[in-house]
Amino acid sequence: MENFELVILLLDATLRTSTPLILAALAGMFSERSGTINLALEGMMLGGAFSAAAVAFYMNDPWIGLLAAIATTIALSLLHGFACITHKGNQVVSGMAINILMSGLTALVGIALFAQGGKTPALDKAARFQPITLPGAEAVKDVPIIGPIYFELLSGHNILVYIAFLAVPAAWWVMYRTRFGLRLRAVGENPGAVDTAGIGVVAMRYRAVICSGVLVGMSGAYLSTAQGASFLQDMTAGKGYIALAAMVFGKWRPFPALAACLLFGFLDAAATRLQGVVLPGIGEVPVQLVQALPYVLTVILLAGFIGRAIPPKALGRPYVKER
Amino acid sequence: MKKLLTSVVAAVACYAGVASAAEIKPAVVYDLGGRFDRSFNQGAYNGAEKYKADTGTEYRDFEIQNDSQREQAMRNFARRGMNPIVAIGFSQASALEKVAKEFPETKFTIVDMVVDLPNVQSVVFKEHEGSFLVGVLAAMASKTEKVGFVGGMDIPLIRKFACGYVQGVKHADPNAEVFQNMTGTTGAAWNDPVKGGELAKSQFDRGADVVYHAAGGTGVGVLQAAADAGKLGIGVDSNQNALHPGSVLTSMLKRVDVAVYEAFASAAGDNWKPGLTILGLAEGGVDWALDENNEKLITPEMKEAVAKAKEAITSGSLEVHDYMSDSACPM
Repeated sequence: MENFELVILLLDATLRTSTPLILAALAGMFSERSGTINLALEGMMLGGAFSAAAVAFYMNDPWIGLLAAIATTIALSLLHGFACITHKGNQVVSGMAINILMSGLTALVGIALFAQGGKTPALDKAARFQPITLPGAEAVKDVPIIGPIYFELLSGHNILVYIAFLAVPAAWWVMYRTRFGLRLRAVGENPGAVDTAGIGVVAMRYRAVICSGVLVGMSGAYLSTAQGASFLQDMTAGKGYIALAAMVFGKWRPFPALAACLLFGFLDAAATRLQGVVLPGIGEVPVQLVQALPYVLTVILLAGFIGRAIPPKALGRPYVKER
Repeated sequence: MKKLLTSVVAAVACYAGVASAAEIKPAVVYDLGGRFDRSFNQGAYNGAEKYKADTGTEYRDFEIQNDSQREQAMRNFARRGMNPIVAIGFSQASALEKVAKEFPETKFTIVDMVVDLPNVQSVVFKEHEGSFLVGVLAAMASKTEKVGFVGGMDIPLIRKFACGYVQGVKHADPNAEVFQNMTGTTGAAWNDPVKGGELAKSQFDRGADVVYHAAGGTGVGVLQAAADAGKLGIGVDSNQNALHPGSVLTSMLKRVDVAVYEAFASAAGDNWKPGLTILGLAEGGVDWALDENNEKLITPEMKEAVAKAKEAITSGSLEVHDYMSDSACPM
């Protein structure tokens, strides 16, 4: 029974740690499915996290912070689009440029606004997304098995966690069941054919990067106003790249990407819990080994178990109408 | 004649006093985590600011962004005639050693590490003694007999904090259980509040209700998680009681501010000495924090117990084991 509870708590932590990855991975998927490589996820996440924390601090409202985050990341997406789609620049270079720019710019603006070395002041409860208790959670709390699953695992997260998990089927529906999704995928596979059909490739790709911006903005806001309570320089700590890896891992599809994000989140959560635990037959596991585990497993899984990941055909290639 | 002489002497003395106080051009190089980590580096900043407020002496400081900047920052300061130069943090040692050899006339002070050179003053603290005291408080405040510790980077210095803490906890309650976690193995571990919060939550899940951090900026997340979960956190280095009034049991004070202030003041007063200075409980270098933010959390029994432990440590009848002396913790 105690083990059951431990597993529940571990899965609970998995949901928390994988939420920013899910949102960012979906963001990457929208952009890349339309043919625009989005290495800028990390920098956009930082920008979103900073805007959310700063605006939530001034307005004392996390929702306005979230909107500010989304506005920031849409602006960055448009910048990326302007460089890559309109001016046909190198998409990898543009993405990295945004990452470097945002790492410095967030700190710079932070110093200018708050004079605390690039950090934002700690947010009050009112300025953060608070845990939501789902209806009936208290009532079933003591029911064995179902009680803990519902009360600990499903209830008690903030709204962004639920949004992230609902975003996955929503993204799937948009991508595979709507005209917009069909065109978006077509633009990433064969923009020439789409153009022949009379649909603007450039406009389509811009719309895709805007979708990408909306999602990654939420992931940034989650870091600074839901999971954490302030912005710190480079607080994303590589999550943007991990989300990108999860997206490739999931072969540019929403549900497999979700699975990959959950796996990364689970490994991260397990790593924090495995520290200092004495395993039978092995003894205490060294901290270093535990912390390396997610990366080691990633390499193993990527090398052998998922098979070939085939990217969208036109990925990374700007569309040139006439030669 | 005699009168004249005295007044001349007085004038000279006066002039000399003013001159030496104004003459120094002190500088501080912070460690990763930055001036406003609300913890270790901020202690140094407070000390430098206090000196500036007291004497009007301007100082220069530098916040490094990566390891390669340490040496550049110190060499730049030394070349511009800054003196003394105070380096904050154990990671500055190798850079400081190099630069101190190049500028033998410049006085260097390093906090948290020993560098054996004729122009270097090393200030280290007995963190284990202060951690022992907060360990006693943690054990007495805990209702579950389970307490936690979140370290920053996994290095002997942080193990020293952990070891002193465990000894204090066991001293007050031999049955208590202590969970220990380290955030990481690189410098990034000082600046990852999200991870810190997750580690604290994992310890709360296992039953802990008081958690002590020695993790710089990462600890901000630890204290946040404790406040969110309605548990108690314990701050470190600077007085962090005010971060979440009522949710921070106490803070283990490490008077980096005093070390920086003393380095500046002694250089100005011309009695700066190279060599090793060890600041423990007896010297007032470490202590625990009690102010209006946490006075309701500290019961008279706790106050008495911690005063007793403090007395025993300063008088030498109770010895707290130092992890760094043999790289092992008896607990």
